[in-house]
Amino acid sequence: MTADNRFAEHQWEKRNGESPGISSEIVMGPVTDWASDFSHMEPEWAADPYPIQDDLRQRCPIAHTDRFGGGWLATRYDDVAAIAYDTEHFSSRSIIMGNFRPPKELAPIGGSPPITSDPPFHRTARKLLLPAFTKTAVSKQEPATRALCHSLIDDLEGQDIVDAAADYAQHIPVRVIADMLGFPAEDGPQFREFAKNTLEGVNLPPEQRVTRKSALFYYLLAQVHDHLENPRDDLTTFLINAELNGRKLDVSHVVGTMTLLLIAGIDTTWSAIGASLWHLAQHPADRDRLAAEPELLPAAIEEFLRAYAPVTMARLVKQDLHFRGVDMRADDWVLLSFPAANRDPVQFDHAGEVIIDREVNRHAAFGLGVHHCLGSHLARMEMQVALEAWLQRIPRFELADPSAVSWSTGQVRGPRALPLRIRGVGR
Amino acid sequence: MKLHIDVGLCQGHGRCYDLAPGLFGDDDEGFGKVLGDGVVPPEKHEDARRASLNCPEQAIRLIEGM
Repeated sequence: MTADNRFAEHQWEKRNGESPGISSEIVMGPVTDWASDFSHMEPEWAADPYPIQDDLRQRCPIAHTDRFGGGWLATRYDDVAAIAYDTEHFSSRSIIMGNFRPPKELAPIGGSPPITSDPPFHRTARKLLLPAFTKTAVSKQEPATRALCHSLIDDLEGQDIVDAAADYAQHIPVRVIADMLGFPAEDGPQFREFAKNTLEGVNLPPEQRVTRKSALFYYLLAQVHDHLENPRDDLTTFLINAELNGRKLDVSHVVGTMTLLLIAGIDTTWSAIGASLWHLAQHPADRDRLAAEPELLPAAIEEFLRAYAPVTMARLVKQDLHFRGVDMRADDWVLLSFPAANRDPVQFDHAGEVIIDREVNRHAAFGLGVHHCLGSHLARMEMQVALEAWLQRIPRFELADPSAVSWSTGQVRGPRALPLRIRGVGR
Repeated sequence: MKLHIDVGLCQGHGRCYDLAPGLFGDDDEGFGKVLGDGVVPPEKHEDARRASLNCPEQAIRLIEGM
């Protein structure tokens, strides 16, 4: 057994609770005016944010809210890009807009490096992870992902109506990330709870949020201890042994990065696969064309990523700032709506239409600038394999009941219930 | 035509080596790199343009006439 003092009890006892920071009043309920009172946590936004975003882009491209202690929402491509590139004025100290702001001292590392890190530390922490997420590296997961997709489809046999979100899409990223981190596959349902708590629990009372956050922390710590006893070839063992500038990583860095890898890879890709199937279920011409011409899938996937980008990111304003016509205050949130940017008609022809063979598609679904999604190649591989397998085995499907489709709230949006009527499962 | 990637802009989205694998590759960290001397034969001009037009960071420059 390896003795590694970093992970000894006294080191993490202090984590049991929330670090000092700024809490704001929880404000929920219907939005009065999206330009001055927006909330990405309300059901109206979850159900269909695009008309709201289109309206804001025209009349108030950087909208404001007093909720969450104050924040802004950018909907033009150009503004979203400018904020993404401007790490001097906008901090990633927290990237999930809610009612708790971590203390300024947490920068430049943040709770989950590198996504919560600011330059120059960000570059160092990100560099550590890059080799594991190249296109070549993630292609090693492809055969197992394909086998999983086919076995999930096998299980759908004999049913007329299947839930493509709950019984198919969600299992794929959960299993892939469990394999990469070296966690037990049977813990999958727990990972989905952890992700939901983190991403959709922002309006929960502080005690509940803290309790759930520590459950995740202790789960990850138990995984660290398991890997200390049985080191193996996976990302957890890699992080335990990794060094920055000749020093092994602090426990908060190891567990923080594990948190990022676990949370960021699940709801996002689940959403992207689900939204693609949701589109195809309602557009038989696209569905039939992709089933007949699977070589079009890569282009179609880029278009699904553009039109149904699952992820919105947040930043915190570093200091009072006049930015493109609005006066931002220090510690205001800023939401970078990649979904809204991707439907900006200034940037894209026929921005509101889904054109599966779109030739020029400079979308921002994976973000822009230094924080561009680390797992984009993994996400693309999972989408490709998942959609290819589905269309091959289940070429005919449609929405069983449009009113039964439900969407997640918050910064990661995708279908969480997606009942489809299918006409048999092929070989 | 000759290809150039601005390494200060490239963030490793990988659109270039996805769309034009004969012209671009990736390094150990996933950043794009131009293969060979970067000179694009005429039959690959279209691929080069498509890769450049799809780079989210606008990091690819096509130097015409080379």
